[in-house]
Amino acid sequence: MSGKKTNKTKIRNALIVIGVIAVAVFIAYLLLFMPMNSMPSWMENLRTAFFGSAFYLDFENNFITDKRYMYIVKGLGVTFEVTFFAVLLGIVLGVIVALVRSSYDTLKEELKGGFGKAILFFFYKLCGVYLTVIRGTPVVVQLMIIYFVIFASSNNKILVAVLAFGINSGAYVAEIIRGGIMSVDKGQFEAGRSLGFGYVRTMAFIIIPQAFKTVLPALANEFIVLIKETSVSGYVGLQELTKGGDIIRSRTYSAFMPLIAVAVIYLVIVMFFSWLVSLLERRLKNSER
Amino acid sequence: MSADNNVIISVTDLKKHYNDGEVKALDGVTTDIKKGEVVVVIGPSGSGKSTFLRSLNLLERPTSGTITFEGTDITSPSTDINKLRQDMGMVFQHFNLFPHLTILRNMTIAPMKLHGLSKEEAEKKAMELLERVGLKDRASAYPSQLSGGQKQRIAIVRALAMDPQVMLFDEPTSALDPEMVGEVLDVMKVLAKAGMTMVCVTHEMGFAREVATRVIFMDCGRIIEENTPEGIFDHPQNERLQSFLKKVL
Ligand SMILES: Nc1ncnc2c1ncn2[C@@H]1O[C@H](COP(=O)(O)OP(=O)(O)O)[C@@H](O)[C@H]1O
Ligand SMILES: [Mg+2]
Repeated sequence: MSGKKTNKTKIRNALIVIGVIAVAVFIAYLLLFMPMNSMPSWMENLRTAFFGSAFYLDFENNFITDKRYMYIVKGLGVTFEVTFFAVLLGIVLGVIVALVRSSYDTLKEELKGGFGKAILFFFYKLCGVYLTVIRGTPVVVQLMIIYFVIFASSNNKILVAVLAFGINSGAYVAEIIRGGIMSVDKGQFEAGRSLGFGYVRTMAFIIIPQAFKTVLPALANEFIVLIKETSVSGYVGLQELTKGGDIIRSRTYSAFMPLIAVAVIYLVIVMFFSWLVSLLERRLKNSER
Repeated sequence: MSADNNVIISVTDLKKHYNDGEVKALDGVTTDIKKGEVVVVIGPSGSGKSTFLRSLNLLERPTSGTITFEGTDITSPSTDINKLRQDMGMVFQHFNLFPHLTILRNMTIAPMKLHGLSKEEAEKKAMELLERVGLKDRASAYPSQLSGGQKQRIAIVRALAMDPQVMLFDEPTSALDPEMVGEVLDVMKVLAKAGMTMVCVTHEMGFAREVATRVIFMDCGRIIEENTPEGIFDHPQNERLQSFLKKVL
């Protein structure tokens, strides 16, 4: 109850911040950009000073000339696209790997030898290798291997990035989900089995839904982590946000504006999604049943 | 003995060892449970009561020995344990209701998915059962919104919704506040009177005396003494049983 109130307060505070920023932007627009037939002389002076300032000229050179801001806009779109699909791939892989790993642990007694156990053991080991290799090597190296070695003949950079970051993320998601599965009380599993549900259905109807709820914030965090991680995609020539800023830098030979702009955009996105995650966390805590 | 067609569960020389035989949770248990019997299992903590009960539906895999249920050896690898468990309801000390599902859904999920009941059929049945335990108005609540006694009554009818042949209870009132024990025992008494076959681990000696057709006293993984409630409580033979009763009564 009190938690819900806090969530409301959080949303209200956020709206206040957004409101203040909007007002500031609006005032800046009034003072500097709004077309006027006649304006007071102090405003005219202000505009002359602003548009003649080194700051504005630098800004114009980096973002306005040749529509250079499009590098940022398009790059941001690519960043979101890659992150979104990589997270999806990561969750699918992560759930599969987590299920294989934890089902082997639970079923190794129930399956007394036989073909089924051998297959499960094979996948269990395979998943172990996957986790070790992916978590033991830098994501940039994985990205470059996928692009230059595995997909040497293809030029679909977005696909390569989605694969690389998805496969990478899957290893971390797997551990998150496995933790979630283990956090569900053992009695839940026994209750499901005692009703007559098999292993798979007990997982699907009873364990996974509960595990998912506890790991949802962690999964959302994975999205935030990935947004930043995809910034190394420039290594394979993918023009996402960071690369977009870097291209501008290489055109204008001025580093400050484009790179700071890129950093600010990441920061705002990360802060926004972190804020959403905190709302989600609170909500889940409240509905704890 | 197993020729007696009233026997529903037959246990022969059941052993369950942990840590390569270091811990003998069950050390050769042999008994038959007949249709309509209410068997109450008593004994000190760690004597193997839970292990015995949980072996009956194979939540624990016995190390050796056999268990037959309605004539089929359930310990053989070819038995479909999921099918078998549908006929044995189990009630746990800590209720183990599914917290992410409503009470109604807790009770309908297994009949729908496993017996193929339609939603309407399953819900109708669930509502009848809820009515019987006086919790019809809580159908759409979530488990966290119920008291312990209410949770355990729901856990009992959740198991009953599968129309089991046998009901297994593992200390169903041990996690309850004292004032809630009665309401759960009442449900169990009604069930016993209605002829349900029950195996019940409990420390409620009053319940055992009133409802049990037979009481089993276990210690150190063995059945030390089994008899009618009068025999166990009024004329205990074994001295371990005598000292156990002195402590609990
Ligand atoms: N998973 C396990 N590993 C090792 N020992 C166990 C395990 N489960 C039970 N035991 C031991 O088996 C014995 C019987 O346990 P249990 O059946 O739970 O007793 P009760 O229900 O009568 O209190 C105890 O000594 C207990 O410590
Ligand atoms: Mg016990």
